[in-house]
Amino acid sequence: MAGLKYTNDHECVKVEGDVAWVGITRYAQEALGDLVYVELPAIGKKVKKGEYFAVVESVKTAAEVYSPVDGEVVEANDNMPNDLESIKSPVGEKGWIAKIKISDPAQLANLMDEAAYKKYIESL
Amino acid sequence: MRKTPLHRNHTALGAKMGEFAGYDMPLYYKEGVIKEHEWVRSRAGLFDVSHMGQVILTGPEEEIIEFWERMTPSGFAKLGDGAAKYTVLTGPKGGMIDDLIVTRIWRDKFFAVLNAGRKDVDIEWLRKHLPESVTLDYSETEALLALQGQDAEKVMRETFGLDLGDMNYMSGKYFDLDKIPALVSRLGYTGEDGFEISISAQVAPHIWDVLMKHPDVMPIGLAARDSLRLEMGYPLYGHDIDETTSPAEANLSWILRDKSGPKPERLRVGVKLLDKGVAREGAEIRNEVGEKIGSLTSGGFSPSLKESIGMGYIETPMSAPGTKIFVHVRGRDIPAEVVAMPFLPARTKMKKQRAA
Repeated sequence: MAGLKYTNDHECVKVEGDVAWVGITRYAQEALGDLVYVELPAIGKKVKKGEYFAVVESVKTAAEVYSPVDGEVVEANDNMPNDLESIKSPVGEKGWIAKIKISDPAQLANLMDEAAYKKYIESL
Repeated sequence: MRKTPLHRNHTALGAKMGEFAGYDMPLYYKEGVIKEHEWVRSRAGLFDVSHMGQVILTGPEEEIIEFWERMTPSGFAKLGDGAAKYTVLTGPKGGMIDDLIVTRIWRDKFFAVLNAGRKDVDIEWLRKHLPESVTLDYSETEALLALQGQDAEKVMRETFGLDLGDMNYMSGKYFDLDKIPALVSRLGYTGEDGFEISISAQVAPHIWDVLMKHPDVMPIGLAARDSLRLEMGYPLYGHDIDETTSPAEANLSWILRDKSGPKPERLRVGVKLLDKGVAREGAEIRNEVGEKIGSLTSGGFSPSLKESIGMGYIETPMSAPGTKIFVHVRGRDIPAEVVAMPFLPARTKMKKQRAA
């Protein structure tokens, strides 16, 4: 999707102003299989880049969702635990897990764009 | 990585493959774990369990019975022809080397199915103690299929013209499937009625395809096999039981021929979470003041109950069903309680069960 950014850990990120909307990529969804639960972060939680802020549970495994940047959780998608399918929607629509207020915008430069991410998953 | 004789059947079906006990096995197919799980609980699922070890023992019957009674804590003297029995191999210190099902096919011929990850250890251990008059034949040229679910009997009838209506649960017998000899056992690891079919590796892909043509049959991967057995409270070797656990601790006293032993200090129990979250293997079980009283050896989401369940060892005074406990997951103590297993009633056909 145009304008989205990606991490090595298969988060996808939509940046809107100084806020990052964070979800997980289709690749991650397919690797996890059937989802059963999403553990959301508390509002106001301070996160560091690479720290987990949410957990996505599938039947077989638990996957931590890592923050792409340093920041603070400003919103969590309360609808998602009741509608797990929504994680498959685009991150800018229903597919975001949390919104994180970015404290250091320079960190965004380390994220991949769509073409780079595509190359990355082909290499896995 | 090793492959079973059905490997190509799985890849042709688009299975998500993964490593299990050194084998490249199907974890789930296109429908996904939850649909597969629900299908086995309502129709009939087909599993490839050819990675498991299949051995045949032949020799004088008293010698084989004496041998099994030396290798396991169970009684075999009353096991009739065709009857199967769940038991464990116990090591010198009383821990469990493996769990297995032993079938007395007829008087002096016994069949045993071993866990994939333990078969090499088991066979070495069995051979070391084998009387000279008894032969242990380990064949890697046999495949093992499991057909599990309420429709399994109907599928066997409509696919092979085989009426298994009179067959007892926990029994095994040779039949012809499409004119091919197969050892068919009415048992399984799902809590549903069903069969395991031991058949030559050469014809197994054909038998798999023939069964797959039946509209009630769906292929089922190892992920759903795990959630199905978890709902039944069946232990998984290497997780819920191992060389450090005794049959009594594992709540398997029913398999013991001598049940007079002391009450164990800890017991394997079922655990159900009372709040949201999923607790998995390794999670600490705590009491109301936050002290560790045990840990989970298996845990996950139950597709049938839509709740999180698990099993683990807990100090015996805290092991009664209904006891309120907590399971520690990522910094949170989730309220839970001890529950009786199975988590939902087994629907295996126990009628006409022989004394064993």
